[in-house]
Amino acid sequence: MKRFDYVRPANIADAIEAGSAPGAAYLGAGTNLIDLMKGDVVRPDRIVDITRLPQLDAIEALPDGDFRVGALVRNADLAYHPDFAAKFPLVAEALLSGASAQLRNAATIGGNLLQRTRCRYFYDPASACNKRESGAGCDAIEGENRTHAILGWSKECTATHPSDLCVALAALDAVVEVEGASGRRDVPLVDLHRLPGDTPDRETDLAPGDLIVAIRLPAQSAGFARHARYLKIRERTSYAFAMVSAGAALEIENGAIRRARIALGAVAAKPWRAVAAEAALEGATPDTAAFERAADIALSDARASGDNAFKIDLARRVIVRALLRAAAGTPNRMPALPGSAFAPTAGELDHV
Amino acid sequence: MPLPLHLKINGASHEIDLDDPRVTLLDLLRERLYLTGTKKGCDRGQCGACTVLVDGRRINSCLALAVSMDGAEVTTIEGVADGDALHPVQQAFIEHDGFQCGFCTPGQIMSAIGLISEARAEGDAERVRELMSGNLCRCGAYAGITAAVLEAEQRITQAEKEKAA
Amino acid sequence: MSDIQMNTAPAHRRHGSNIGQPLTRRDGVAKVTGAAPYAADRHPDGMLHAVMAVSTISHGRVVELDTDAASAHPGVVAVMTSENRPPLAVDPDEKTNPFAFRLDALQNDGVRYAGQPIAVVIAETIEAANEGVSLLNPCYAPEHPRVALDQDDAFVPPVVGPGMPAEAGIGDVDKGMADAVRRIEAVYETPPQYHNAMEPHSIVATWDGDRLNVDTPTQGLALSQGRIAELFGIAPENIHIRSPFLGGGFGSKGLLSGPIALGILAAKMVERPVKLVVRRDQMFGPLSHRGATRQTLRLGVDGEGRLTAVSHHTLATTSVHDDFVEPSSNVSQTIYASPAIATSHEAVRLHIGTPGFMRAPGEASGSIALESAIDEAAYACGMDPLAFRLANYAEVEPISGKPFSSKALRECYAQAARKFGWADRPLEPHSMRDADGMLVGWGMGTALFPAMMFEGHARALIRDDGTGAVEIGAHDMGQGAWTALAQIAADSLALDLDSTDFRSGSSDLPDAGIAGGSGHTATAGMAIHKAGEDAIAKLAALALADQASPLYGAGNAGVEARDGHLFVSGDEGRSESYADILRRAGKQQVEGNGTSAANPDAQEQYSLNAHGAVFAEVKVDPDFGQVRVSRMVGAFAAGRIINPRMVESQLFGGMIWGLSFALHEQAVTDRRTGRIMNADLAEYHVPVNADVPPMECLLVPEEDAHVNALGIKGVGEIGITGSAGAIANAVWHATGARIRNFPISMDAISGARER
Repeated sequence: MKRFDYVRPANIADAIEAGSAPGAAYLGAGTNLIDLMKGDVVRPDRIVDITRLPQLDAIEALPDGDFRVGALVRNADLAYHPDFAAKFPLVAEALLSGASAQLRNAATIGGNLLQRTRCRYFYDPASACNKRESGAGCDAIEGENRTHAILGWSKECTATHPSDLCVALAALDAVVEVEGASGRRDVPLVDLHRLPGDTPDRETDLAPGDLIVAIRLPAQSAGFARHARYLKIRERTSYAFAMVSAGAALEIENGAIRRARIALGAVAAKPWRAVAAEAALEGATPDTAAFERAADIALSDARASGDNAFKIDLARRVIVRALLRAAAGTPNRMPALPGSAFAPTAGELDHV
Repeated sequence: MPLPLHLKINGASHEIDLDDPRVTLLDLLRERLYLTGTKKGCDRGQCGACTVLVDGRRINSCLALAVSMDGAEVTTIEGVADGDALHPVQQAFIEHDGFQCGFCTPGQIMSAIGLISEARAEGDAERVRELMSGNLCRCGAYAGITAAVLEAEQRITQAEKEKAA
Repeated sequence: MSDIQMNTAPAHRRHGSNIGQPLTRRDGVAKVTGAAPYAADRHPDGMLHAVMAVSTISHGRVVELDTDAASAHPGVVAVMTSENRPPLAVDPDEKTNPFAFRLDALQNDGVRYAGQPIAVVIAETIEAANEGVSLLNPCYAPEHPRVALDQDDAFVPPVVGPGMPAEAGIGDVDKGMADAVRRIEAVYETPPQYHNAMEPHSIVATWDGDRLNVDTPTQGLALSQGRIAELFGIAPENIHIRSPFLGGGFGSKGLLSGPIALGILAAKMVERPVKLVVRRDQMFGPLSHRGATRQTLRLGVDGEGRLTAVSHHTLATTSVHDDFVEPSSNVSQTIYASPAIATSHEAVRLHIGTPGFMRAPGEASGSIALESAIDEAAYACGMDPLAFRLANYAEVEPISGKPFSSKALRECYAQAARKFGWADRPLEPHSMRDADGMLVGWGMGTALFPAMMFEGHARALIRDDGTGAVEIGAHDMGQGAWTALAQIAADSLALDLDSTDFRSGSSDLPDAGIAGGSGHTATAGMAIHKAGEDAIAKLAALALADQASPLYGAGNAGVEARDGHLFVSGDEGRSESYADILRRAGKQQVEGNGTSAANPDAQEQYSLNAHGAVFAEVKVDPDFGQVRVSRMVGAFAAGRIINPRMVESQLFGGMIWGLSFALHEQAVTDRRTGRIMNADLAEYHVPVNADVPPMECLLVPEEDAHVNALGIKGVGEIGITGSAGAIANAVWHATGARIRNFPISMDAISGARER
């Protein structure tokens, strides 16, 4: 790890000033950043410790019914927040399906949004990676890429975004509050992350010094609380990144779908919202046939970027199952294995 | 320029002038304070051997910069027993043979203590397995670990109830 | 040849009650309080930290290292490279004995596998040492590496595993296949696997002139001491190794490795104590691994479901610079009866770290292939897999014709099957679902592991305060040596455990042999047993010759040792305490010595093995192919059990390794560079707690009069065998998809089901 300057600003303005300098990086819990620094994947000159910044660790219901979550709120605290989890169970289940209890206790919401890809070639400084070093090339394209992107990738980069939380946030129209040198602005979560195109090194719409200060969940997304599930397929029962994941949320009225929300994880460089598939579900009867049609639409542009064609069909099936689970109803109690294919469905429901 | 750092570790105050901001909490404990009970298994947040409690919550100390922990209360495996009286989790690990080589054990125990205080397992083995999945055990002592956590959880909950009554 | 010599009862009998007790671990408090010292916990005064730099290419040369940049980093004390490292007395590439693997200790600028050490940075702090490594920025002259198993230049190695013939057989396999009514031919692939003990390899080395103190986890104190002595040109007795606890070994800490030698070299170079801890990502290279295999099984079966031929051929990897060939095919020599058996091996040389001993080397990889093939054959015959195995039960070892010294495998099958509820299993695959719609499958496998022993030595003392001591340089890597060997030690002196001072884990104690091959409890235990016997005999001799002793003159009747007293056999009234005998003799203590070794007569006449049967239930998501093991039951017969609590834990651990083999573990190699792309614990998957189902382990009583006087067979590795195959077979039974590439992946299951 490169030696760095450590600064601990007292307020957001000072943080942004310190964080705007070239080579600066914000430190939240460090659960991703310190890992990357130990692996020489990133080598910041200056660490701006934002963990002491005031007023960034609150979970609050706003007067208009939106929920605002400070960027420094820990993943576990959000997932277990009774009011929040009751209104946005999809977020809670996604959070609890990720990482480990220790990491969830430490990792912040803001940091979760900005975690880097798990592409093995990105993590290996000896490999060429356009994301790590613009123009260096991509060793994943011809390499070990079974877990790589099937949507939105380019020949420059096929990495995926690993966050579970972001999938739920994308589905539920979350908004990211960003503060920067020019003031505060709102960025829809679905617009925060960029697809690789020719510039995979530019991963988000954030400018140097921009600081995520909060996320907001709109009140109307709480309308999905009774029919919202996160499903994460992985190669271990727990403590593994997704092969494919999906968040599904439905509003069902008189036996028909009024509104639907679908987002996929681990399929693209960003959490993948499937808007066209959602539209196809509006007014439909919540059944397997409708869900299969929606899944086909969601994956209509998917193509393999390597040895990962199986992920296309897997994603299709994951969407169908997530929708079926959502239609069956949010469990009244968080499953023992959140987000798992092996979370039992029998006997855990009371909304239906 | 040294970085002043105040930590309370296992109840004792430590005023530390850290000469290097790169030092993680884990390396501070092990290499500078010689509290070597906390183990380094992967150093990357992937195995749980370095689990300690910071302000009562279990975290991976290998991914925490020590300087950023300024002001925290840290509990390590050395601070768990009350003199010669083992903590119920420690006792249960021995009784259920919840370890073999013992290297992951401090992390497992700290994680279990954290889990019990989080109160999310509710006596359910499946929940214990999930919530202990951040602690790898290569010897494969998981059956004993799960049994030990369940028993300790029950004993601690029972003791708290009796205390409250 | 005469009848083999039975293990004769010693002239003086000892009575103890420690063996067989399910005691909790004697080192338990130390381990649960964090007080147990592992090597990396040591910090002698003045200690520096060393970190290795390792190669990112797998073939070529190191052309340049920016040692100036590294040295200039604050805190860096020295950079050790092939150009400046202190000399060794012996070339680390020299094979000084068949077990001396070639080490990479910076002997030149060559690179022969990715992850090979190319420099060591020594610094005041670990942070500085790590950054020094980053600043070395090596330049290479790379050459094309060979990293894939499918090379066409395979060769028949002279030996496989630790020196076994590459080819063996009996009968005419071609004829057996021709005579068969049904034939199975299938190819199974197993990946490279890495031990990944939770404790990384580590060393704290302190030189004191030409004396050397070493803290390092080792499964072979005396072997390591000998190898260090040879490499550094100093006398073995000048080297003291402490290894009271290993944070897991699994075979990777058996023989001295390059990184450990580098730690000693670094200490020599800077003339200060040095700690070198291998980083997790660096454990995927110079520390051996289970080599990849491609195994071709051909089975012929007659109309009654009896095997007519078994052919098991293994293509395995070895390194370009050394030899270790995973002896997978050899499992087919012992488990199932067949009139014709052929086992054979070929190897290919790749630019990889040399493979080596990894928990059940050969047995684990061979077992999953053989048990899968047996399952395929059973189904082809329309037979229940257990019935098929019973139809092919080996009454004698098929390939040698030797009887088994003991074999309670039928009881294992029966007890585990009953416990599991196997009788309700439908024959057809893809025929069970649970309430949640998951596919359910049941599979089984036979477990077998040879009962091995090595040479070991122990010393036993009886002291004039009535207590005893037993000293042996044994190794506890988690199997429970501190407890089980102490139980044997106490019984060997007919004392209770609290009165027996058990000393172990240090190279200045008698050589206990290597902790490997599941033979440590037998080896060390028998050495202790004999040392105790010798001590008792010497004590008895004192008493019998002492006119003042109640035992005087009882020579022909013999004496019995019990509870710290000697009794005249058959005359309970005549007894005397150890303390009284010694005090009157004016002796502070008597010392006994014992040596153990495998009994060559028993080996000549019998096939010596532990046996078992494992049954597994898996659940498979029908849409995703994600698998979860939901139940495992194993029954094992392994001779005398010293401590059932610890044995159960060992067997559970082995069963979980089997689960891991079937479903999780795999090093993923970039086929262009030879670099392992998942060299960490996030992506090299070993099971987490949530992967491990409720398990049961039945210990089937078994007495074996031939393996050794204590009747110990060993349990360290057998748990993997059978288990991996049982899970693979359960996946097939759940899905109808026969996956022959391990680990079984979700895409393989989905792909196979669609075809």
